[in-house]
Amino acid sequence: MNTQGRPTRPAGSEGVAHRTFTGNRALDMEEALIFETGRFDATGVDIDEPAPFQSRLGPHARQRGLDLPGLAEPEAVRHYVRLSRDNYSIDAGIYPLGSCTMKHNPRLNEKMARLPGFADVHPLQPVSTAQGALAVIEALADVLITMTGMSAVAMSPKAGAHGELCGMMAIKAAIEARGEAEARRVVLVPDSAHGTNPATAALIGFSVRPVPAGEDGNVSAETVKATLAPDVAAIMLTNPNTCGLFERQIVGIAEAVHEAGAYFYCDGANFNAIVGKTRPGDLGVDAMHINLHKTFSTPHGGGGPGAGPVTLSPRLAPYAPVPFVVRDGEGLRLVEHASGSESFGRMTAFHGQMGMFVRALSFILSHGADGLRQASEDAVLAANYVRASLNDVMSAPFGDRVCMHEALFDDRWLKDTGLTTLDFAKAMIDEGFHPMTVCFPLIVHGAMLIEPTESESKASLDRFIMTLRDLAFGAKAGKRERFLPAPVYAPRRRLDETRAARQPVLRWTRPAPV
Amino acid sequence: MRYLPLDAAERETMLVRIGVPDIEALFADIPADKRIEGLLDMPPGMSEMAVERTMTAMAARSRAAGPAPFFLGAGAYKRHIPASVDHLIQRSEFLTSYTPYQPEIAQGTLQVLFEFQTQVAALTGMEVANASMYDGSTACGEAMLMAHRLTKRRKTILSGGLHPQYADVAATLTHMAGDAITRLRPDATASEDIAAAIDDVTSSVIVQSPDFFGNPRDLAPIAAAAHAHGALMVAVFTDPVALGALRSPGEMDADIAVGEGQGLGNALNFGGPYVGLFATRLKNVRQMPGRLAGETVDASGRRSFVLTLSTREQHIRREKATSNICTNSGLCALAFSIHLSLLGETGLNRLANVNHANAVQLADRLSAIPGVEILNAHFFNEFTMRTPRPGAELIEALARRGVIGGLPVSRLLPGAALDDCIVVASTEVNTDEDRTAYAKALGECLR
Repeated sequence: MNTQGRPTRPAGSEGVAHRTFTGNRALDMEEALIFETGRFDATGVDIDEPAPFQSRLGPHARQRGLDLPGLAEPEAVRHYVRLSRDNYSIDAGIYPLGSCTMKHNPRLNEKMARLPGFADVHPLQPVSTAQGALAVIEALADVLITMTGMSAVAMSPKAGAHGELCGMMAIKAAIEARGEAEARRVVLVPDSAHGTNPATAALIGFSVRPVPAGEDGNVSAETVKATLAPDVAAIMLTNPNTCGLFERQIVGIAEAVHEAGAYFYCDGANFNAIVGKTRPGDLGVDAMHINLHKTFSTPHGGGGPGAGPVTLSPRLAPYAPVPFVVRDGEGLRLVEHASGSESFGRMTAFHGQMGMFVRALSFILSHGADGLRQASEDAVLAANYVRASLNDVMSAPFGDRVCMHEALFDDRWLKDTGLTTLDFAKAMIDEGFHPMTVCFPLIVHGAMLIEPTESESKASLDRFIMTLRDLAFGAKAGKRERFLPAPVYAPRRRLDETRAARQPVLRWTRPAPV
Repeated sequence: MRYLPLDAAERETMLVRIGVPDIEALFADIPADKRIEGLLDMPPGMSEMAVERTMTAMAARSRAAGPAPFFLGAGAYKRHIPASVDHLIQRSEFLTSYTPYQPEIAQGTLQVLFEFQTQVAALTGMEVANASMYDGSTACGEAMLMAHRLTKRRKTILSGGLHPQYADVAATLTHMAGDAITRLRPDATASEDIAAAIDDVTSSVIVQSPDFFGNPRDLAPIAAAAHAHGALMVAVFTDPVALGALRSPGEMDADIAVGEGQGLGNALNFGGPYVGLFATRLKNVRQMPGRLAGETVDASGRRSFVLTLSTREQHIRREKATSNICTNSGLCALAFSIHLSLLGETGLNRLANVNHANAVQLADRLSAIPGVEILNAHFFNEFTMRTPRPGAELIEALARRGVIGGLPVSRLLPGAALDDCIVVASTEVNTDEDRTAYAKALGECLR
């Protein structure tokens, strides 16, 4: 009961949106740079003065200032909390970025990674004091081998692209060992591939020969055979591919590649669709990286860190990089030097992304054999549900074909609307959704690649589908005002990316004194 | 399964909408004889409590650095990280977001990266830094490749003071690309003549300071020698806190500065994930690898941040990209940036001073033990000690006494005739009791 004369209903909506003094819009707050708010003599960390001592820095001591501001702890907490609120996240809603696999990040995995026996262990501690850490590496390697049917796994690559590099280095080492390094200098890469594939091949001196995908979105064994020649070292093929389709002729492709004396690198970015359903080793794959941050949900963290262990066939296993864990007698041991073996060398200091290994292992143990298969099935089910629920209003480049874990649409259905894929994506932002991957794969015009993952409830999928249908009807009905200015409700409107590239401002600089 | 929201009835309804009889129909493209019958040969799913029990038992088999007198560095440093750092990086919006490809709803990550880039540039004394690399060793490899692109030459010279595993990474890349590399002999007293090794086909010379053995190096004359031959100088560091006390790579005329950022904000994690720092001169920016956040405006004129200069990157340039790199080390860069924002220049200076003080006091204590010799003329928080017993043996003996005493050089450089050397580090976490325990244990082991 209102006893103080305050109105208990909102007054009539006489006001329209006005510019605020602060630039804030209630909970949507503007936040300055630390260089503008911090003080250059302040610090938020209390550090005791050491007892007097004689410096041993000699002539190397720094004389100049660094120009770094400091923040008291409350200021720092507020700064980063405010900034965080300008980010979309999987914890806040569906994040259907195709090829990126934004699934739920279980908090148990975060808790496990912070156990002192994992987080507070130095990579160069005596091996006798780090047996638990080595046990995690061994246990994860074992399950990755079980899932893939491969014979070995190199654990140290730091991310997917680093894993690709590792796999291609193993292939190069194998070819060198056969004395064919000069002869085989070409890598076949389908035009639908991730950009990292050709970039990786080029990095270690291979030239790239493109392989076109067929009308059905698959690479055919016939096409591969036609491109194979004695100068070919390897093919890099993504499976399931970047169109979200399983490469139906993968076995024939593998056979043709092997017959031609080349190796089969499989980009495992989409392994999450087939875990527990088929094993790449049985399909003829020689090397495949696994993005632990995708398939096993170690968090993406706003762009890393990732982890990209590479599974290897018996033909490539001897060339795996150091380090690796071996079991001898009672304990686990690290092999840290390549000399005296066929190992091609070292990819990184230390032993790989241990923090990610713990999270991935925790994820895998939680799911188990049954849960992993169910996760793959639910991911594929969800993608097909989205596909089947939208393909009467949007256009799919490969018709009614069943997809794997992601549904691909093109922009033919937007023809005559005056709108682009990007406009559609930006309008999704106003509806509270993160857009799907847009304009990739490059072979599909105006591509929209939707990966819902197994983490979405049916209610969530239905909300998403209804929203996209409503937007699609709006686009076709000529409601351009919903799209062209979008987003209008996000922390920012569309950005001037041309200006960012033409007049690069890549750091804060102190304004000139007036 | 607690992470999977769909139930059996919903799955059925969805299959009906799709128009297939069962889930297997969606996997029909997999050749029938290649499908797994039944389940993988793995245990079934576990409850949260059961997983926690299993993982905790594994963790208990390692000795955590925290409680022990701990003096190991060599590229990874035990630090006290303010509690707020780990709390903030676990904000859902940082932890569970993707690369900021939709900048309108990713300004948090983008502004953090812009601030991070500014901090790294300031710390290294360079003009521009990227949004981070995987770690110090891979950043070092990328710097080598960037120098090749800038100089159009393909020969690299590595100082013998470069971290041996960083040198191995560079050598592996070099071998695979068919380029040339010269590794100078490891030398604990930094007496190598790098300038004499540089010739007119040298692309870059890569020098670490403080070097692997703890010696701060004067990079200015090396840079001058490199520049005289049209080569570049790449400066490497493995502990960002050292830059709080020592002259910066930029001040000593380095062309590219790379390093490991773990020492701020990031736990030891048995070697990863860490965060590679990468900085250079503005004129080189278009040959730089990795992501860059830049400032611009949005349609209503407000300052905004966006990933930029992406025409260098693999998703646009494919085989002509500056690097195959796709991810950065976003969350580790965030932790680095928060820790450094808390410290500020004032705190960083104090932190560096305490690190140095603790190392000096430790060196004094250890060198008083008969037979122990400190080889460094100067050092920051890490030094090399020569002992009358093989280092590897001593470190094991110390570990049995509960002291992690450093890195026996022979572990990373077998056959380098440095078996009697141990690299010892000290940070702010070490107490006087730790030093006493170390000196006592070492004295006993050498008796």
